[in-house]
Amino acid sequence: MVTINIDGQRIEVIEETTILKAAEKAGIWIPTMCHNDYLEPYGVCRLCSVEVVRGKRSRIVTACNYPVRAGITVNTDSDRVKWIRRIIMELMLSRWPNVKVVREMAEKLGVERPRFLSVECDESENACILCGMCVNICNDVVKAGVLGFANTGIKREVVLPFNDRTDRCIVCGACAQLCPTGHITMVAEDYKGKIPEFTLGPKTPITLPSLQAVPRVPVIDPHSCIHFKTGGCEVCSTVCEPNAINYEMKDEIQEISVGQILVATGFDIFDASKMAQYGYGALDNVYSSLEFEHILNSTGPTGGKVLLKDGKIPRSVGIIHCIGSRDINHHPYCSRVCCMYALKFAHLVHDRTDAAIYQFYIDMRAFGKGYEEFYTRLLDEGITMIRGKAAEVVEGVWSDNGEKTLLVRCEDTLIGKFREIPVDMVVLCNAIEPRHDSDTVKRLFTLSKSPDGFFLERHPKLDPTSTTTEGIYIAGCAQGPKDIPDTVAQASSAAARMLSLISKGEVEIDPVRAMVQEEFCSGCRICNNLCPYSAIEFIEEKKISHVNEALCKGCGTCVAACPSSAMTGQGFTDAQILAELDGLLI
Amino acid sequence: MSFEPKIVGFLCNWCSYTGADLAGVSRIKSAPNVRIIRTMCSGRVDPTFILKAFQLGADGVVVMGCHLGDCHYQEGNYKTIRRIPFLKRLIRDFGIDPRRLRLEWVSASEGDRFAHVVNTFTEEIRALGPLELYIHAGRKDGQKAGVAEVK
Repeated sequence: MVTINIDGQRIEVIEETTILKAAEKAGIWIPTMCHNDYLEPYGVCRLCSVEVVRGKRSRIVTACNYPVRAGITVNTDSDRVKWIRRIIMELMLSRWPNVKVVREMAEKLGVERPRFLSVECDESENACILCGMCVNICNDVVKAGVLGFANTGIKREVVLPFNDRTDRCIVCGACAQLCPTGHITMVAEDYKGKIPEFTLGPKTPITLPSLQAVPRVPVIDPHSCIHFKTGGCEVCSTVCEPNAINYEMKDEIQEISVGQILVATGFDIFDASKMAQYGYGALDNVYSSLEFEHILNSTGPTGGKVLLKDGKIPRSVGIIHCIGSRDINHHPYCSRVCCMYALKFAHLVHDRTDAAIYQFYIDMRAFGKGYEEFYTRLLDEGITMIRGKAAEVVEGVWSDNGEKTLLVRCEDTLIGKFREIPVDMVVLCNAIEPRHDSDTVKRLFTLSKSPDGFFLERHPKLDPTSTTTEGIYIAGCAQGPKDIPDTVAQASSAAARMLSLISKGEVEIDPVRAMVQEEFCSGCRICNNLCPYSAIEFIEEKKISHVNEALCKGCGTCVAACPSSAMTGQGFTDAQILAELDGLLI
Repeated sequence: MSFEPKIVGFLCNWCSYTGADLAGVSRIKSAPNVRIIRTMCSGRVDPTFILKAFQLGADGVVVMGCHLGDCHYQEGNYKTIRRIPFLKRLIRDFGIDPRRLRLEWVSASEGDRFAHVVNTFTEEIRALGPLELYIHAGRKDGQKAGVAEVK
């Protein structure tokens, strides 16, 4: 630690601290235009010039990159310093007279009008002031090495290689973020060539997956994180005080031995762009139910406000039920949850906006406890219910002000008429469908699927949580579309089933097992290789095969293959099946 | 009276038997000619059973199992798929049309497919007519056939 004197204040700071940091600690403001905490001091704007007195010598230095020495006295406010800063400011103002940050700084330093005339005067509001922050962050922090200075003197400028677009730019946006004048901007070019006002994904590469995430720990998205593209940046680890950021962490596969497994792999939502008539993915302001849920979320992109893509409040909102469900072209089943969340959407939109709300439904299925009451409450709130599945969503205009909107074409079966209803926003209630990789899971656990593609339970009424594979249970939307109360009930039931086996400490197995009649076994060993569970072992001393009953699952493949009929399957012996045949064919 | 074929169906417990059950609870109409024997796996179907069924007067035999890769016992149906073509050649030597033996994959969710298989197979056997096999002569008066007893 060294003690220095700044403007009469004595303060103690760690060695090698810059004067700028020391002054910050003492609460003294030093003007600067090229300094950033994450960058190495560059000392190019010279505004932070201060007077350092050491013994009898005094000199002018830049505070941002001058490390403190024991016993120095720093004057940040002397007449000499003020005079130098004003000269610098006059020079800057003469060159960039309309840049906001320059004008503000000039005002702070008491410069009204420059005395000089610049030959390179740039009168634009977002002129580049050559602070170099973009170049430094691109080269030193991001390590993309794209931006650089070209030319010298008054011709100096920030350029891309060969003044052209480059693939080396990873479009991280760090330069635009730092640019004090707005000279560098990000231009989003999505596939439609439009600039989205807000995105539905995470805002930063390091983020909490959701505010309710368990464990409540931020994660890094390696696809958008700068560090994983260039190896640079690491800004998050420099600001993290407990030093908790680990870039080396990788997904790993762990093998854990368990006795029972609950398969609760959930669902996917139907991709509404398969039904082109609703315009999802082609028209603005057509959202899937999950996207709209995200918009309504108070931590979402709009902070929970119901806004159109251009930031306006919608005049009317249409909610279309049964997208992909109850549809012979896609899924014939009912997704069960959509009617209720559509009503919830209507309620929240009604709560937050004055928009007219239209529900286009086939049948209202308010089947659960308290659901019907909610439905009647919504009717009292003045939601317009139109019975009839919407035919299509097209672009249209409001007749009063000519503004663009969407038109929902439908048949209102209650009044027996075709209608066209103008809505600013359309919410599609996508069907719940089996996970795209459910076939892999099915094979892994030798489960079955019902015709709708969801996993099949052992018995639809008497055993809805267990499966035909011992020790494997299913719960939630993996088994079929269901709402949260039903899922909780089913999962609790499965957990109780599993716990009962754990507390019992032993497992009852099906009595259907293969058995070797030792006196008939010739020891040919045909069965040994047939068994998929390696349950048949050969006893060398007796020269016969033996079935390990704990491993045997009772499929009977060995029984069918045994040439000397020594293998019998309990419950399905040759004699029993032949007797069945006898009985069937009388 | 028209000819009603007698068909024996060997169905695996996990896929085809459940599929047949589904056809039943879904009230899907299917021909009543197939008489079902449940086995734990289509791999359990001993070729002897099929020969015995023909001997005892069955006009056709259908073996149904899980789709390949879906076997509850991992690979039982692969054993079946090797046995049946072999058996078809064998029954031809006995004077039985190989079309009278069929192997089909029906999963637990395919109740309609079960009904379709049963109906088409029944029609096929009906077209082939009754199985004329001298060894089962005498069955009608309740006596055991004695010529070439299998097993």
